[in-house]
Amino acid sequence: MNRSLKGSLVTTLTWILVLAFFFPVFWMILNGFKPESVASSVNPKLFFSPSTDGYQLAMDRGMKGYLLNSVTASVTATIIAVVLSIPAAYALSIRRVKNVENALSFFISTRFMPLAAVVLPLFMILKTLGLLDNIYMLAIVYGAVNLPVAVWMMRSFFLEVPFEIIEAARVDGAGLGREIFRVALPLVLPGVASAALITFIFSWNEYFLATLLTSSAARTTPPFLGSFVDGRGQFLAVLSAAATIAALPVIVAGWVAQKQLVRGLSMGAIK
Amino acid sequence: MSVTELDTVKAEAATEPRRVNKRELWSARGLLLPAVIFLILLTQVPFVVTIVYSSLKWNLLYPNDRGFTGFDNYKSALTSGDLWPSIVATVLITAFSVILSVVIGMLFAILLDREFRGRAIARTLMITPFLVMPAAASLIWKYSMFDTNIGILNWLSRALHLPVVSWSTEHPMLSVVIVLTWQFTPFMMLILLAGLQGQDKGILEAAQVDGAGTWRTFTWITLPHLRMYIEIGVLLGSVIILQVFDPIAILTKGTGGTKTLAYLLYERAFIGLDVGQAAAYGVVTVILTIIVATVALRTLFKVFMAGGSR
Repeated sequence: MNRSLKGSLVTTLTWILVLAFFFPVFWMILNGFKPESVASSVNPKLFFSPSTDGYQLAMDRGMKGYLLNSVTASVTATIIAVVLSIPAAYALSIRRVKNVENALSFFISTRFMPLAAVVLPLFMILKTLGLLDNIYMLAIVYGAVNLPVAVWMMRSFFLEVPFEIIEAARVDGAGLGREIFRVALPLVLPGVASAALITFIFSWNEYFLATLLTSSAARTTPPFLGSFVDGRGQFLAVLSAAATIAALPVIVAGWVAQKQLVRGLSMGAIK
Repeated sequence: MSVTELDTVKAEAATEPRRVNKRELWSARGLLLPAVIFLILLTQVPFVVTIVYSSLKWNLLYPNDRGFTGFDNYKSALTSGDLWPSIVATVLITAFSVILSVVIGMLFAILLDREFRGRAIARTLMITPFLVMPAAASLIWKYSMFDTNIGILNWLSRALHLPVVSWSTEHPMLSVVIVLTWQFTPFMMLILLAGLQGQDKGILEAAQVDGAGTWRTFTWITLPHLRMYIEIGVLLGSVIILQVFDPIAILTKGTGGTKTLAYLLYERAFIGLDVGQAAAYGVVTVILTIIVATVALRTLFKVFMAGGSR
């Protein structure tokens, strides 16, 4: 077979597969803009007069409050994870503690500990303290869940900082704070972005803990979406609109920071 | 993990020439401490408390009837007939989803490793399913794909004169696996794509010159090179999917052999209010995770590499 013909065949096949794979997302976005009767019709329609009723209905169900809670939880968790991971990662890479391997495996084993193993005591303790359904408590738990990943990732970035730069700063008499925040940190800002991105994605999308540790005031978006399961009548348009809004922040963040995504997902192992 | 060792070696090489004095060591400990304390408080301590709970007779419906029962919760877990099906469901869902997403992810990684017009857009579209909130993904699949009336899959079935299928009730396990595979294929693809792009193109060209066909080049050169990447993907994917909860809660509510350990614990603790019993399931989940993350993966890679290493 002709080489260029074969090439364009493979390209066509690639596009067909990619678009088929993307279709559910496309369909979700499209359905969100359909009038309910069109969205819930037995024969799917590609063309229709667009409507924002779905979005209006989602907001009428109080979605704004859930989104705000999600923002508070994810942003707070991200700050916690990043702030705690920088000094820890520094102590595991540049200014090293004695048992780096032990500390690293402590972090990784914590990351791999199932949430099921910790959720009951957290629930009982928060209940006793009257802190259930508190968005900052959820954020603190998310910070802890994502901290190990952030540490591993920040460490992989710190390891790439040339030691001569640190040494030069020390010769100049820079203190520890200056050494970390003024000298090393500006060189690993992509690492901070990676750690922040991964923490944000996992916190924003988290469903299990959010369902159990919140009920109304601190309820985040995933359990709100989950409540659609028991819906009656036609609700595909409003569901699709709500799902689109809920998924949008992470989709955009992931699209913008594709490079950081790979490194973040592999905990810094893949560069 | 080989990557870890590599990093460690690199770190040692980087810091070898300097002498570490005591003051420096203490300041390093000081840097590490906040993160370690935070994690111990929020994960290690609760885990120990979970183990304690699992030895208690404790149902929130009977708050006064509370006491130590030793291994009774584990015994009743084993005899009640809930635990074993749940372990099977967890392992099967994890295994199928991880294997399928690695295989399909590999296919997409190879297709997207080629140069073609619009590759960046194709890649961007491909990673989207992984970014979609899992609760949203499960709902979208449940209603706009699987539904018997308005689902696209059944619209296709009708168009092709095939019987209409109520996916999430007739094939609950398959439905859950489909959604998870859809979400995790981009994850695997990203990791494998990074591996493909890190390949030495000179070696591939040399293989071509030597007359090795595409398939032989792939199995003898590319696949062994990708081993580390597949390992990372399988390990991280398994550990995440072992905890799977969202698609179960939304698609099947644990019916039809899809009651994973996370969902079983949720049901027992928050609907049945049996703290002791639920804690025992939590401990079993940890044990299962450790087993899967070590033994099963090691075996898998031995089998996998038996063909690759000469």
